[in-house]
Amino acid sequence: MPQMTFARAINSGLRKSLENDPKVILMGEDIGALGGVFRVTDGLQKDFGKHRVVDTPLAESGIMGTAVGLAYRGYRPVVEIQFDGFIYPAFDQIVSQVAKMHYRTQGAVKMPITIRVPFGGGIGSPEHHSESPEAYFTHTSGLRVISVSNPQDAYTMIQQAIASDDPVLYFEPKRRYHDKGEVDESIDLNTALSMEKARVVTEGKDVTLVAYGPLVKTARDAALAAADEGISVEVIDLRSLAPLDFATLEASVRKTGRLVITHEAAQSGGLGAEVAASITERCFYHLEAAPVRVTGFDVPYPYSKLEMHHLPGLDRILDGVDRALGRPNSLSGLEG
Amino acid sequence: MFTDDAGKGGISAGGPGNSEDTTRRTGGDLVQLITPEGERISHPEFDSWLQDVSDEQLGSLYEDMVVIRRIDAEATALQRQGELALWPPLLGQEASQIGSARALREDDFVFPSYRDNGVAYCRGVKVEDLVRAWRGNASAGWDPFTVNVATQQIIIGAQSLHATGYAMGIQNDGADCVAVAYFGDGATSEGDVNEAMVFAASFQAPVVFFCQNNHWAISEPVRVQSHIQLADRASGFGIPSMRVDGNDVLAVMAATRIALDRARHGGGPTFIEAVTYRMGPHTTADDPTRYRDANELEDWAAKDPISRLKSLLDRKGLLTADLEAAVAAKADAVAAELRYGTINMPEPAPLDIFKHVYSTPNSWLDRQQEHYSRYLASFGDPAEAASEEGAR
Repeated sequence: MPQMTFARAINSGLRKSLENDPKVILMGEDIGALGGVFRVTDGLQKDFGKHRVVDTPLAESGIMGTAVGLAYRGYRPVVEIQFDGFIYPAFDQIVSQVAKMHYRTQGAVKMPITIRVPFGGGIGSPEHHSESPEAYFTHTSGLRVISVSNPQDAYTMIQQAIASDDPVLYFEPKRRYHDKGEVDESIDLNTALSMEKARVVTEGKDVTLVAYGPLVKTARDAALAAADEGISVEVIDLRSLAPLDFATLEASVRKTGRLVITHEAAQSGGLGAEVAASITERCFYHLEAAPVRVTGFDVPYPYSKLEMHHLPGLDRILDGVDRALGRPNSLSGLEG
Repeated sequence: MFTDDAGKGGISAGGPGNSEDTTRRTGGDLVQLITPEGERISHPEFDSWLQDVSDEQLGSLYEDMVVIRRIDAEATALQRQGELALWPPLLGQEASQIGSARALREDDFVFPSYRDNGVAYCRGVKVEDLVRAWRGNASAGWDPFTVNVATQQIIIGAQSLHATGYAMGIQNDGADCVAVAYFGDGATSEGDVNEAMVFAASFQAPVVFFCQNNHWAISEPVRVQSHIQLADRASGFGIPSMRVDGNDVLAVMAATRIALDRARHGGGPTFIEAVTYRMGPHTTADDPTRYRDANELEDWAAKDPISRLKSLLDRKGLLTADLEAAVAAKADAVAAELRYGTINMPEPAPLDIFKHVYSTPNSWLDRQQEHYSRYLASFGDPAEAASEEGAR
């Protein structure tokens, strides 16, 4: 199997979708000749033409609203939002139109729109370029929200998202764009793991560590480090943020009895809160300790010289694992 | 679509082609073909777009306008009687809606706002479907693809982008139909309408922006939205525009035909400002006496769209007793159909709340539905249990 970068894997998945379905149209800012600011759409306009890989005016609501009209006309638009922090002008069209159209029209009008969002920090960017806005969308009925953590999933899941008749937000971890991995391009989308399923990426028995997107790699590193101390960490890559795959989460927590959730997004009202609450409801009597969240702080995304304090790193995650296990940790001695 | 096709012209002000034809100009004088007194005024350019409008068709336009006014009155009465939760009256805007809708071809696609019930009726939406959402029995009344009318948009101006995107799709398909966005004067301040005009101009998309300037956005007069005529805004986007008397069904129809023809032949978007007046409240929940002068209403009553067409018919000797009787009978029948359809509308089942959120099963929602279904069943009400079973 070929090795390819994360960005290349998405590119290859997009190419496959463009080849397989003439109704697939890519839209976004700078996605044509430039190939996108991250080069994810590199070469696609050259090969598929300006009709299908469309450089749009700089208006995010305009991009999303015209994508709605194209979907009405039978197209499958794939929209690139250039950076996470630029998605807000499109928020009304996503929440009030894209998410609700199928419900509003009692299923008559489908919105097979894929919204690609490079997200997350760790690349030393200025403000608005490092955010993790996924919870705004997981809170919105009618949307499916996924996040990919490795090149193979990036390749497979972009195609699954485009094939979905429901709107999908596809969150790509921009700090992993240059990571390489093996990608089987002959994978059968129908037999591949569904984009709605979580995956156990490291098996373990002492504690369940849940991550998605950029932090899956960090979580796996943490599991390796913990193993050195004799702690067996089971790492789960959520993959789907809405809906969450509770069956996989429950099975793991019933086994380990302990749960740590990590994400870059701020803590309050985040995915970690939903996972912790739902798992507590579903397997309270299997829990040996309160679920632990290791997340970004409830602050605006900080300036880059401080971002490594904001982003959960290997040591903060291990500290969270220690809390879940009742081992000495940074909060030892504090009540509650 | 999406092309820089040679021959379709650029996006500079005045539109492609540099024609001297005044319909390509922006804004300009208000075009009126029927005076408030019902006198037909000739117009060097607009008249040529109306040559096929026969006496019979004039009568039919009159009928449609009378019928939608009657639908509007009946729906308002149904709201007052508690049969509808809310209704947005279109009283006064009949010529704008019928004149434009009657200019469309069947395969053109309309993206209306909540007040465009006359347009929807004219396109073949069933009368009970017009009120389905206003009764609270659904979020929207009809399947858009059966009538080529999107469901009515409540978010102000959002549909202008949908129309533009649809038009980009038409272009990509190589078809010659047109998308039409209906919105009001207030919507012209929304970012979405402005972005729609940017996209439409940039791609030269076959879309018509049909703006009914009814002078009021709830309580805000149009001068709060704009210091220039709304039609003049289009020139900043490089979109040709026309400003027509929106209470004159022929002027509206001619302008819409001009715009549609341009769009069908690769000439790109057009903005039409139909200058009309909202004679009623914003909705049945509104009280316009708090913010507007009764004299203003009187002035506009004198320019009523139906009475002026009636006067024209009379002057032409077409207002026969037969026509009047036929129109009255049609209005009565449609009103009765609306009333019957409203009162006898089937109630939604409790578990319908979960239907159509997604097009494929969703594990979260399935669980919530299962739990709520058990909750309902816990009351042991056989009727409830039956409706629950039916919803599965």
